[in-house]
Amino acid sequence: MTTRKLFQIALKDLRLIFRDRSALVLMLLAPFLLTLGMGAITGRFSGSDTNSGVSDIPVALVNQDGAQLGDALVEMFTSADLDALLAPALLTDPAAARAAVDNDEYAAAILIPAGFTASIIPSPAQSAPPHPVQVEFYANPTRPTSAGILKAILEAFLGRVEVSRIAGQVTVSRLLEDGIISADQAVQVGMSAAEEMAQSTDAGSTIRLVTTMEGGGAVAFDILAYMAPGMALMFLMFTVTYGARSLLVENRQGTLARMLISPTTSTQVLGGKVLGIFLTAITQLLILIGGTSLLFRLQWGNPLAVVVLVLAAAFAATGWGMIIAAFLKTPGQIASVGSAVMLIFGLLGGSFFDITMLPKWVQTLSKVSPNAWGMEGFLDLARGGGMAVVRTPVIALLIMGALLFIAASFWLSRRGLARQ
Amino acid sequence: MPPILEVRNLVKKYGDFTAVKGISFDIKEGEIFSLLGPNGAGKTTTISVLSTLFAPSSGDAVICGHSVKDEPMAVKRCIGVVPQELALYEDLTAHENLVFWGQMYGLTGRALTSRIGEVLEQIGLQDKAKQRIKTYSGGMKRRVNIGVGLLHKPRLLFMDEPTVGIDPQSRRAILDSVKELNRQGMTVLYTTHYMEEAQELSDRVGIIDHGELIALGTQSELTRQVGQTDTLILHIGENEDPQPLVDALKTLPGVLQATPTDHEVSVVTASAEELLAPVVTRADRLGVKIHSVDIREPNLEAVFLHLTGRALRD
Repeated sequence: MTTRKLFQIALKDLRLIFRDRSALVLMLLAPFLLTLGMGAITGRFSGSDTNSGVSDIPVALVNQDGAQLGDALVEMFTSADLDALLAPALLTDPAAARAAVDNDEYAAAILIPAGFTASIIPSPAQSAPPHPVQVEFYANPTRPTSAGILKAILEAFLGRVEVSRIAGQVTVSRLLEDGIISADQAVQVGMSAAEEMAQSTDAGSTIRLVTTMEGGGAVAFDILAYMAPGMALMFLMFTVTYGARSLLVENRQGTLARMLISPTTSTQVLGGKVLGIFLTAITQLLILIGGTSLLFRLQWGNPLAVVVLVLAAAFAATGWGMIIAAFLKTPGQIASVGSAVMLIFGLLGGSFFDITMLPKWVQTLSKVSPNAWGMEGFLDLARGGGMAVVRTPVIALLIMGALLFIAASFWLSRRGLARQ
Repeated sequence: MPPILEVRNLVKKYGDFTAVKGISFDIKEGEIFSLLGPNGAGKTTTISVLSTLFAPSSGDAVICGHSVKDEPMAVKRCIGVVPQELALYEDLTAHENLVFWGQMYGLTGRALTSRIGEVLEQIGLQDKAKQRIKTYSGGMKRRVNIGVGLLHKPRLLFMDEPTVGIDPQSRRAILDSVKELNRQGMTVLYTTHYMEEAQELSDRVGIIDHGELIALGTQSELTRQVGQTDTLILHIGENEDPQPLVDALKTLPGVLQATPTDHEVSVVTASAEELLAPVVTRADRLGVKIHSVDIREPNLEAVFLHLTGRALRD
């Protein structure tokens, strides 16, 4: 009986929102059209063979290292695998490369400093530990998508290098501790271990933009796999705000009071309203995911993991909706604040551009939004990840939702559901 | 038989403001009881507390043998409420509204379907049940609003100003339906600021003003409080100041009370016919033009005027 009323209230709300044409436009049509528009801008629908929507990204490479890792990095950016995607140019002067980026000739410049290889793989003659040397990524802010792709490729390469370096260090330490090798042999053994590690991670090839789905074939990264979740998550905030607004609208029009004077507890009424927002949010996300999959042939990734992530994102977003409803007093206030929150979370969450381009503190701040966690999960799934890659985003979203629900319930119970 | 509703020293405060100041009254099963009072008198607050929406600040009410403070769920099952506002979902049809509200009262399946059919027949909207509420006229919406309150066949029905803002034809239909419900055995607590409605419907009337119950009884008991008096209503010009006329009339023999209201002066007297000529003469002397005169025999309006010195619509 208790749960039946929750569903009865929730289904009534679901029916009401799907009869509101203006709400439907913002819930479904707007994110769909924006995804479509951004896909068109990036060339997603131009019929390119790469299916990435982005091709021939101009990138300047300056290799002042001239050693093993520097050469490998250049080799990767000029490889046949990335031929359709990238249009690399080898320059010698870092200042000229930066100036060319400033002149919008390149989406980014990658500057490999002298001593890069030596800072990671010490030579047998070296006695002191090497000074760290950093590869510089100089991005063109007017080409955020292209620069984001280049940065992702570079980070993947550097990540592999770091894994190999640590593997070498760990191997040498253990062998030294066990007395299997002497100090003289340490450098040589470390280099061998790192090389083996690097080869084992990716059988001989450099980084490719093609990823493999769990248990299945290869899928190409699709630019819409970035755009679609960004828009869906941003407009998810509209949906939960609309739902939160309905609590105050019902208070104003007297239907909330009417529910409370029926044999229905305030917990059932509030629970039903929350469930209604949650179900609406899930429905919206699933329609957008289904629609983009059918119409744009967009691969969202492992279906089960997508559903789990949708549930978690809807839960956290509903928590935000309830907090907004608990602290604001009129439907008008909710509409205004809700729009602002939707845009801010959209920006912070990476709905418009790759937030890794932003300062570190902004990236940290973005974690207050369900959008950022949701984007992280959806992008990892689109790259071929499974349940394991959404574990952290899902846990974060569930914790976020739970904390927001506790705060909203506390405040609403103090204030009372119905107006006096 | 014990009363179906017993209100004892009921107080409701909102912060420093006391909306209901310790009222007490009973309603017998099968009665139509009206709470009559001007806007802001405390009628809706009283209904809100009795219907368990808000807890009383002090005092209590026992409805169908259950305390509103201690057993609100039992009270909710016994009462039906027709709120003053149209508490309906405009984007749902009348039928969908009735289904939802029936579910809130625990009705399901065949019982719900059959009860919805009966209620739609009762409110005369069977053929329009599949239309969305937003396409209805004000009167039709009011009827659905009443229908929702009847779904679970309550023993006691609270109707909070159900005729506010509707046309005379719909108003007549609602008053007739209240009488019909009462004829079928339903007890009704009806709040209004229309004296005529209270007079037409009620077995007993409680007059409420500024949160206090200032009079209680049958209509004849209440009018007896005023005495066997008539009221002369003098309609004067919009730009006339009624006060000099009021002051002058108070000195006339036979005038028991003279009160100014909007473009009117009310004069309470033992005999309107005898006083009419001197009143007109006195107004003429003062240069006050009287456009028309109404003579009213004792009624609830006169009772309210007698008790408060104000008209109900003030």
